Amino acid sequence: MTDRSILTAYATRLGDNALVLGQRMIEFVAASPELEEELANANFALDYIGQARMFYTCAGESEGKGRSEDDFAFLRPEHEYRNLLLVEQPHSHFGDAIVRQFLFDAFYAHQLDALAHCADEGLAEIAARAVKEVRYHLRHSSQWLVRLGDGTAESHERVQRSLDDLWRFTGEMFDEDELDTAMRKDHNGPCLVFIEAEWRDTVSRVIDEATLSLPEDGWMASGGKQGRHSEHMGFLLAELQYLQRTYPGASW
Amino acid sequence: MYTQGLDQAGRDAAGAAGEETAEQLDAFQARIDAEEKIEAKDWMPEAYRRTLVRQISQHAHSEIIGMQPEGNWLTRAPTLKRKAILLAKVQDEAGHGLYLYSAAETLGVSRDQMVADLLSGKAKYSSIFNYPTLTWADIGAIGWLVDGAAIMNQIPLCRCSYGPYARAMIRICKEESFHQRQGFEIMLTLCGGTDEQKAMAQDALNRFWWPSLMMFGPNDAASKHSAQSMKWKIKRFSNDELRQKFIDVTVAQAEFLGLTIPDDGLRLDEESGHYEHSDIDWEEFFEVIAGNGPCNRQRMAKRRKAHDDGAWVREAARAYAEKKAAKAA
Amino acid sequence: MDRNEWPLYEVFIRSKSGLSHRHAGSVHAADDEMALSNARDTYTRRNEGVSIWVVRSDRIIASDPDETAAFFDPAKDKIYRHPTFYEIPDEVENL
Repeated sequence: MTDRSILTAYATRLGDNALVLGQRMIEFVAASPELEEELANANFALDYIGQARMFYTCAGESEGKGRSEDDFAFLRPEHEYRNLLLVEQPHSHFGDAIVRQFLFDAFYAHQLDALAHCADEGLAEIAARAVKEVRYHLRHSSQWLVRLGDGTAESHERVQRSLDDLWRFTGEMFDEDELDTAMRKDHNGPCLVFIEAEWRDTVSRVIDEATLSLPEDGWMASGGKQGRHSEHMGFLLAELQYLQRTYPGASW
Repeated sequence: MYTQGLDQAGRDAAGAAGEETAEQLDAFQARIDAEEKIEAKDWMPEAYRRTLVRQISQHAHSEIIGMQPEGNWLTRAPTLKRKAILLAKVQDEAGHGLYLYSAAETLGVSRDQMVADLLSGKAKYSSIFNYPTLTWADIGAIGWLVDGAAIMNQIPLCRCSYGPYARAMIRICKEESFHQRQGFEIMLTLCGGTDEQKAMAQDALNRFWWPSLMMFGPNDAASKHSAQSMKWKIKRFSNDELRQKFIDVTVAQAEFLGLTIPDDGLRLDEESGHYEHSDIDWEEFFEVIAGNGPCNRQRMAKRRKAHDDGAWVREAARAYAEKKAAKAA
Repeated sequence: MDRNEWPLYEVFIRSKSGLSHRHAGSVHAADDEMALSNARDTYTRRNEGVSIWVVRSDRIIASDPDETAAFFDPAKDKIYRHPTFYEIPDEVENL
């Protein structure tokens, strides 16, 4: 891989994670458990959409073929999206959404922290900006996880199940593939072994405070980073891409 | 407007006047006439309090239900920039609902009670949000027409006699200043786009024009409680005055876009400088208010579902807070 | 209907350092930490603040409007507290 293609692919992957999670959070608009939470959820979704825009723009620039943020966001086939399976998972209730966000943010915050020190100035700058947002998200999702875990018997049971259901998507975050290796070696990018240790520390501490049980590491699902997604992804993209696909070439 | 249900509710001015002396009422009216603001704990006639609770809560409900028609296009917004703008706008609506509920709460009614009244169908919200958003152009039309109509009504409310309501409206108007502009910009882009996009924009105007005019509420002659609200300076302009003002400014904007307002009877009266328009279909208006609009049931079902689905979460947070408080004690 | 809504908090925002906190509005929240987050997510979306105070609304002690006259009228006629009360010839400077 060339230097440029590494950066393009890596920025695209970051953009995909942010966009897909943002899209999932948008599904909660007008459906939050309380009005104040409605505002919080929209703030976080806005942060993710904003990050996706920055990462895609960065990807487009390093690629040098004139692709815009919207070309990346709307005009790729499913297998070219390289987000984690975790972020595309649908939620059946607020507990699922909190766990999904918590497990991802605990990883993403450390990833961005490391990325803020990478050799590519553009990417480092975006990461330094985004990490502030994500730290706040992590604070929010951690606090909610504790409230739900240590709230009522019903909430404890529900959120434990969310945790058990989503746990199998966490392994993929730390599987170092060719791109991760290249980014680490050639651009002083994040070290996933190191991040995994930090992630485990954060996650087990919060889960413990929430009086929940840490799920056992069983078989882990993977494939998102290589473009092999779950069945849910096609529907998410169908909605996301609807207008761009129906009216090719139109400006909005 | 967002509180148009008031105009035909037919019961708000009938306060429990039993304990209120003529002296108190006169002193109160004197404060209003002197443009003094009334604050939460000040003495006020029961009818004034009740009118405000009803008006502010209807306004809040309209903001909350109003999130749905636009929220409908959030996952399908055509670009990331438009997605972010629309999300920020829908979020503002949640915020405005929140400010308004807070303003109503200063009058001694709980948010729980107001929400219960909305969910039971007892409380109304603006008729406009019972119309569907079928294309992306509807998002433009809502910003341009619906927010445009809302602003006509909301700016005078910043001078409303009740302090907490006036302050909430000042914050809301400040935040909303971008809403109408982003809507017009969407329309402008569509009108400068492909033939399909232009047709989409015209279709949105065709469907949203009349419902937007209905937002101002019934004609003055049919509006029962305007007089009392005007006297109390809760309301400062009549429905027809505001509607006329809206039409007068909007016609030129439609012309700029190259769109045709769907009213054959629309013509400028040179003498008065105002546009004349065809009759509004009030039967449709009253049917929508009564719950029979295209989306009333859908909007309420979604709101009820969100409320019910959130019950265990709200309960969990309460239980956790109690546990923590008990531990700290 | 759940009768136990989350308690109400009043929100005070310092818009920039050097200024005092000002009342911005209120939020509901189940606990203090949530109140702080909700205040942040509701009232500082447009970069309105650098510091937030929240306090349970039922902890605020307020003066009674019925006592407004007794509380505040007596201060109205103490005009000697204000600099304009004193007549000093124009030619006297730095005073």
